[in-house]
Amino acid sequence: MSGVPISWYLTLSAILFTLGVAGFLFRRNIITVFMSIELMLNAVNLSFITFSYYWKQVNGHLIAFFVMVVAASEAAVGLAIILTVFKNRQTLNIDEVDSMKN
Amino acid sequence: MNLWLIPVFPLAGFVINGLFGRRFSKSLVNAVAIGSVVLSFAWVLKILAGPGDLETTHTEHYFTWIQSGALNIGCDMAVDRLTAVMLLVVTGIGLLIHIYSIGYMAHEGGYYRFFAYMNLFMFFMLVLVLAANYLVLFVGWEGVGLCSYLLIGFYFDKKFATDAGNKAFIVNRIGDFGFSLAMFLIFKNFGSLDFATVFQQAPGSSEAILTTIGLLLLVGACGKSAQLPLYVWLPDAMAGPTPVSALIHAATMVTAGVYMCARSFPIYIHAPAAMNTIAVIGIATAFFAATIGLAQNDIKKVFAYSTVSQLGYMFLGVGCGAFSAGIYHLMTHAFFKALLFLGSGSVIHALSGEQDLRHMGGLRKKVPWTFATMMCAAVAIAGVPPFSGFFSKDEILVAANHHAPWMFWLGVITAGMTAFYVFRAMFLAFFGEYRGDVHGKHAHPHESPPVMLIPLAVLALLSLGGGFIKIPALLGEFFHAEEIPEDPTLVAISVAAGLLGIVLAYIMYVARPGMADSFVAAFKALYTLIYSKYFVDELYDATLVKPVVNGSRVLLWKGMDAGLIDGMVNGIGARARNIGGVLRLIQSGNIRSYATWVLLGSVLVIVALGIAGGLR
Repeated sequence: MSGVPISWYLTLSAILFTLGVAGFLFRRNIITVFMSIELMLNAVNLSFITFSYYWKQVNGHLIAFFVMVVAASEAAVGLAIILTVFKNRQTLNIDEVDSMKN
Repeated sequence: MNLWLIPVFPLAGFVINGLFGRRFSKSLVNAVAIGSVVLSFAWVLKILAGPGDLETTHTEHYFTWIQSGALNIGCDMAVDRLTAVMLLVVTGIGLLIHIYSIGYMAHEGGYYRFFAYMNLFMFFMLVLVLAANYLVLFVGWEGVGLCSYLLIGFYFDKKFATDAGNKAFIVNRIGDFGFSLAMFLIFKNFGSLDFATVFQQAPGSSEAILTTIGLLLLVGACGKSAQLPLYVWLPDAMAGPTPVSALIHAATMVTAGVYMCARSFPIYIHAPAAMNTIAVIGIATAFFAATIGLAQNDIKKVFAYSTVSQLGYMFLGVGCGAFSAGIYHLMTHAFFKALLFLGSGSVIHALSGEQDLRHMGGLRKKVPWTFATMMCAAVAIAGVPPFSGFFSKDEILVAANHHAPWMFWLGVITAGMTAFYVFRAMFLAFFGEYRGDVHGKHAHPHESPPVMLIPLAVLALLSLGGGFIKIPALLGEFFHAEEIPEDPTLVAISVAAGLLGIVLAYIMYVARPGMADSFVAAFKALYTLIYSKYFVDELYDATLVKPVVNGSRVLLWKGMDAGLIDGMVNGIGARARNIGGVLRLIQSGNIRSYATWVLLGSVLVIVALGIAGGLR
């Protein structure tokens, strides 16, 4: 580990996060959007763990676990919502789910 | 002596009839309503028959009502000779009128409601009379005003009745405003509202303050007792059932102002200017109302203006320092005016609701008992000796002559007019030919049932003989009155004026029936002026009512309320909606646009943090 500088981890984290954001913004399939959100969460997790290792503190690990728990519950709820949406509308296109408009 | 029982009996009657009367039979309503007044009357008699002749005031303290700083007001009642006279008049006449109402109201709707209100009125009137301080008196004062309002508007499905009720209530508010100010001033100067304390301290106070208090009390009395310029409500108050007119608007409530002024005599005797004002208002009202009474065609309106006029006499007596004469006339007036109203009620009842004198006539043979009893009242009010009105009016006129001779002469003219208009009404109603619709529903006038005639007969006896109840002898000491020598000349003049009025009425309406019409034709303008009551109602409408109503409508309602206040509230609402309308555009329902906003927001935060130099 000592050979790899910390900036590489952070760069990787930033790249992953940006990919997540881009996927979230530009894809229309709900499942893909959902995966993008997971990607962003894990990008952030990566930076937390990096800093935790760098500062030799356990807080970052704790937060990472916490984020994973939240992500898991969010995935459960989110997938349930997606299933219901698909059942009711026969579509996964996110642009067509806009009944809350105005 | 348990004075509280006197008003509480009618209150109980009111509560029982008011709550359950709807389900009671008429005889049960009668039993409750009349029984309560009988008990009250009996208790008054028991108290008056008890030991002691009430030379000193007997006060009873029940509980402390208001205790705040220096203000300490108890629920106190007191009885002395003045109260005793009033108690007898109120419960006695009240009882007779209650009995009469059984017959009069028999065919009316809202039977139990009528008797409940009448009982409530008795309660408040007795509280007013028994009060030992100004605030308890004020409770009764306002309460009788409320009952007056309720009973004037008894036929609440008729617009004119409810309007008359409102008018009475609103005009009385003006008077009550004066009364309230008087109470504030009394409390400020004497530190108490108890009659005993105030009257004890009154001689030592400055005349200016006593005069102000006296004048403010007079404003209240003018409202309640229908004196100039606040008399306008009383003639309209005749829209209520006739027993109400007799009880409230002739015998008892309207005399409350006279009673209150007489009760406050220790204040007035040290305020000659206020006394003089009372006398001037009294004589002016007496004369003014009597002239209007000359030309009215509604039998109840004639007696209504007569009441205003006779109340003026009472005020004249009080204002001239003859307090006992004022109370004397109050009592005799209660007898004969209640009788006149009840009698006219009997006539109206006989004619199934006809009130216009022009459609009566010749009723002497149709309703002989009503005629006979009303005649007793007529000779009493006309001041024919030795009937009751003669004595009391005479006392007042003698006192007026002592005070200011011009008042005496105006009073004599008024006495003549009084005799004239009362006998005009009598002659028009009972003599000549029947002028009503011979074939219509009024074709067969019928005499009233005994339950109505017995009270009439009792009142007739009182009207004839009531003058021998010598109130001045009874109350002279109470009022510390100076003795005014009797003057046979003055007596002869006033009696002559009364007799002249009767004779004139006889000539104009019985002996030569065409004469009245030719008089009307000759003095057309004057007649129109009197017949239209001097256009006072129209004047008040134009100068007071219209500006207030229009001001309220245009300025306060359309301007202040609808314009400013509603405008402010609605404006805030409209602004919020406008801003919301703009913000609504952001909510496109498109998740990706939301995400873009989130991203933009976080970029903005990061940039801001970068500029600020990061988190520290």
